[in-house]
Amino acid sequence: MKYLYVAATPEVEREALAAVMERVATEFGGPVRGMELGNLDFAYDAGRRQYASIPVLEQLLQRFPQDASKLLAVTERDLYIPVLTFVFGQAQLGGRVGIVSFARLRQEFYGLAPDREVFLERSYKEALHETGHLFGLIHCPEGECAMSLSTTVRQIDSKHNAFCAACTAKLRRHMGVPA
Amino acid sequence: MKTHWQILVVDDEEVMCESLAAWLREDGYVVDTARSGREAVEKARERDYAIYFVDLKMPGGMDGIETMMQVRHLHPDASIIIITAYATVDTAITAMKEGAQEYIVKPCNPEEISLLVNRIIKVKNLQRENTILRKKLTRQYCVHDVVSKNPRMQEIMALCEEIASLRSTVLIQGESGTGKELVARAIHNAGDRASKPFVAVSCAALAETLLESELFGHEKGSFTGANHQKQGKFEMADGGTIFLDEIGDISPKLQVDLLRVLQDRSFYRVGGSEEVRVDVRVVAATHVNLRQAVAEARFRDDLFYRLNVIEIRIPPLRARREDIPLLANHFIEQLSHELGKEISEVSEDALRLLMDHEWPGNVRELENAMERAMVTCRGAILTAADFSFLAQAAPSPQSWAIPPGMTIEQMERLLIATTIERAQGNIKEAATTLGIDRSTLYEKIKKYEIPR
Ligand SMILES: [Zn+2]
Ligand SMILES: [Zn+2]
Repeated sequence: MKYLYVAATPEVEREALAAVMERVATEFGGPVRGMELGNLDFAYDAGRRQYASIPVLEQLLQRFPQDASKLLAVTERDLYIPVLTFVFGQAQLGGRVGIVSFARLRQEFYGLAPDREVFLERSYKEALHETGHLFGLIHCPEGECAMSLSTTVRQIDSKHNAFCAACTAKLRRHMGVPA
Repeated sequence: MKTHWQILVVDDEEVMCESLAAWLREDGYVVDTARSGREAVEKARERDYAIYFVDLKMPGGMDGIETMMQVRHLHPDASIIIITAYATVDTAITAMKEGAQEYIVKPCNPEEISLLVNRIIKVKNLQRENTILRKKLTRQYCVHDVVSKNPRMQEIMALCEEIASLRSTVLIQGESGTGKELVARAIHNAGDRASKPFVAVSCAALAETLLESELFGHEKGSFTGANHQKQGKFEMADGGTIFLDEIGDISPKLQVDLLRVLQDRSFYRVGGSEEVRVDVRVVAATHVNLRQAVAEARFRDDLFYRLNVIEIRIPPLRARREDIPLLANHFIEQLSHELGKEISEVSEDALRLLMDHEWPGNVRELENAMERAMVTCRGAILTAADFSFLAQAAPSPQSWAIPPGMTIEQMERLLIATTIERAQGNIKEAATTLGIDRSTLYEKIKKYEIPR
């Protein structure tokens, strides 16, 4: 039996983590296991004051549990890849490990009053999105689908917290589940 | 569509290369990487990439600009995006001068890159669609109701078949009467929309407000006279094709509305607030030069480019005279039945007359001429005399004015007398010029008592 793992760095709020795990379990229909990660200081870039996502993914691969099918990490740290100012998350396409950052999903990041509902809704969508990538889904042209590309929170907010019919069908094929 | 396109990321730093590549792969592109300018050029030699992301600063004697120039040498149309860590005006200008499509400063906003890539790919998709279609045009065709043995027309019919099952918008340009609607129908009938409606609208025939409700429908009470909800042509054409004739004549407001439909595939009924979504293929036609209308700001350029995804130019009839006999026989067959006449063919002299006519009204004028001649024709063969109205209607530039009240017989007498005179009495030569045989000419000389 292989499990979908959701791992968290120490600063991640446990309640939000539990909610995301439940959402992922429902959508991907399998047992989800939790996992504790250390902090991401090794990936910190003092010049950018952000965390590089590539070394984090590399570390996740090293810590990949034997009974894991996929490993999705969540963190409060703001992530980047060198060519971009930030990423909401990153995953190996059709691979084993991915990560979602909660940093920019919070209203506070944009100088607004905290809104838990909005934050949770966004974190579900991004968790589904990156996990979708892990199962080989690419960006979906359907703007409301969780697999559509979001480069702003506005775009995240305008999509649904679910996959469209086409992506669901693809997902079933990739997961080997009969339609 | 995306998966067809390959992207090459060129950077000496592995993490730069691989992270951008991974990010682009999530978007569905096939992404290769190269760690030096030399490697990039080698890869470009093997295949053409849709987009090249090239880091400006690379060691080893070949920087981004040099790499770009060599790639461009191999693929003049390559889309190259130069990436640099610090924006200096000088390098930006050099890069643009050497043909970089864009210039991005890292770190770059993801939205910016995403928009940039989408924009380039959209253009590539359109270009690819067009070139694939145009490559296959040499085959011979005679599709549906379009009758032609003219090579250009056959190319057009081949194109119609090729594009029939696409959803791309088509713009048909041609003089009035060249058969633009026929071509539009051929496209519709050859594709997988054939079983769905084909709805034709002439945009020139109606006033702006009427045309608006004609196209988009209206809600009850949206204007005086709107007593109930009305479905527009776009809704009627759902799943099929809408043919917008004389598109060059629509008002600026309707140009905006139409642009919206083409972009979003949705619209609002006049006086309505509910968005209506449709799946309609748009085939537009115009007899005016839309490019010129765009240049003169009478027609929106964005709408023009949306419409002109696939362009079809129908030649005027005078540019394909070899089709005239074919068309004449086609109309005889068609109209004999409709008119209840037993006409079998066009005589040789009548045909010569038809071949020489300028046909400013194109195929439609020819069809009308055939009908008019057939209505008055007494025999089984259409003769030059049956088409005498053509000569009256359109004198050739160097011709003389026909005296009012002249009869066909008077005309024929004059023609024969003049021709014999020019042939200096040589009956054989005159008969050849007139396109009749000698015995017929002798009969006519006798009938008209022409002196020799
Ligand atoms: Zn993604
Ligand atoms: Zn989708």
